[in-house]
Amino acid sequence: MARAVTTRHKVIATAAAWAVALVIFFPILYTLITSIKTEPEAIAGFSLIPSGTFENYVTVQTQRDYIKPFMNSVILSVGSTILALIIGIPSAWAMAFSPTKRTKDVLMWMLSTKMMPAVAVLVPIYLMFRDFGLLDTRIGLAIMLTLINLPIVIWMLYTYFREIPGEILEAARMDGAGLWQEIVYVLTPMAVPGIASTLLLNIILAWNESFWTIRLTTTNAAPLTAFIASFSSPQGLFWAKLSAASTMAIAPILIMGWFSQKQLVRGLTFGAVK
Amino acid sequence: MATQNTKGLARLMMAPSVILLLVWMIVPLSMTLWFSFQNYNLLNPANVSFAGLFNYKFFYSDPAFFQSIWNTLVIVGGVLLITVIGGTLIALLIDQPIFGQGIVRILVISPFFVMPPVAALVWKNMIMHPGYGVLADFNRFFGLQPVDWFAQYPLLSIVIIVAWQWLPFATLILLTALQSLDSEQKEAAEMDGANVFNRFIYLTLPHLARAITVVILIQTIFLLGVYAEILVTTNGGPGYASTNLVFLIYRTALLGYDVGGASAGGIIAIILANIVAIFLMRAVGRNLDR
Repeated sequence: MARAVTTRHKVIATAAAWAVALVIFFPILYTLITSIKTEPEAIAGFSLIPSGTFENYVTVQTQRDYIKPFMNSVILSVGSTILALIIGIPSAWAMAFSPTKRTKDVLMWMLSTKMMPAVAVLVPIYLMFRDFGLLDTRIGLAIMLTLINLPIVIWMLYTYFREIPGEILEAARMDGAGLWQEIVYVLTPMAVPGIASTLLLNIILAWNESFWTIRLTTTNAAPLTAFIASFSSPQGLFWAKLSAASTMAIAPILIMGWFSQKQLVRGLTFGAVK
Repeated sequence: MATQNTKGLARLMMAPSVILLLVWMIVPLSMTLWFSFQNYNLLNPANVSFAGLFNYKFFYSDPAFFQSIWNTLVIVGGVLLITVIGGTLIALLIDQPIFGQGIVRILVISPFFVMPPVAALVWKNMIMHPGYGVLADFNRFFGLQPVDWFAQYPLLSIVIIVAWQWLPFATLILLTALQSLDSEQKEAAEMDGANVFNRFIYLTLPHLARAITVVILIQTIFLLGVYAEILVTTNGGPGYASTNLVFLIYRTALLGYDVGGASAGGIIAIILANIVAIFLMRAVGRNLDR
């Protein structure tokens, strides 16, 4: 029997939890509010009531061509994730369904490449990009993002694929299914949710990656991370406009994130916490 | 025969990713290693010569080097401390029966999805700004002097911003772990007369050990690489007060054009990351095998 929870206990816990949640969420909320203030309002002192203008959103586009970095972010995060999936799926599949003695070692080694500090290879990568004409190109940056997220993609897929029971394959074979039918009718439907989760999490990670995206781009291929970082000096953009640009930069990923909480836990802990 | 075929096929399927990651690991690393023994400055690219250990000595004798190592450790340690303790407490709170749990969860995990430049600029301009920031407004409201965070406490400011970004991650992982705790066990402990504190120490905490280890491991990997938050707020200053190893190497490489020096710094960063990784993998290995 569940223990009886007194209403008083619940009310106190609710108040405390909401207070903590609002404090943590406050910087995001305040950015949203500031984005619909006028510039004088934005620096006029603390106020949660904006005049509700959408002028800043328009100005960010007309003055700074916001669409360009936004599209770069979309292309780079989705493109690099799909590329990583194309390379990663066969690999994770092989390790999950025909594991050998070395599978665990290979997986650990792949994870260890993630521990290499990015800055340690900044110089050679920068020089190679310069020499191959890849600096400030979308293709160059997409390759980088694919490489740095590949270990996580493989790990995530591996933990999902491993949960597909092998017996189901045998059952399908007994029923006379060929290899092709096996893949299309049995494995694909079972693998799709895992692949979708991996896709979602890696788009989020690639969207927010802020070392290579800032260092390897200037204008043409610059995604939102580099675009926003270029406003680090206060003269660059006024606060209400910066808030509008920031709101648009984080909104899509924030919403995706809300829907992928569970996958996030699994993906980022490599299946260790479910 | 069939298994031979499967094995061959499996190897073939793994080949692209293994080869890519192998190249990705070996080529840039060996280049960094090679450059670290060269006198190579991008302002004078025609004049490249063997430097022996000069770059390492140069990096080692730079007072900024030790400060940057210290700052790196303060950022990693400080953020871990805040996020693990704070995350545990918040997870325990949200795990209670409360109204609107789903929304509370969403609000709490949101900062994790905010890209680092946005997070840093929002904190810099709208929260911590000594003139117009919300904290300054509060200080004035209570008749106190506003704090110039980035001038007076640059490193602490960075730690606060980064902790805000990672607190949701720790909370979410620990909450997930908490929810898998058997409620019958909790009730049994309660019936046996264990108080809240004892239940936490002897039941909840051991159950959370694995999740906490994972949180520490994953966060450390990312925290060693903190970069954008420093770039858009303090730019490493004042002086070197908020320069971590990543930022020092970036400055040496792309602002000082010193390929040799930055590469030596890169090798040192790898050694540092490996020392941390070995400790972590051991701790995690012990905890994960259970």
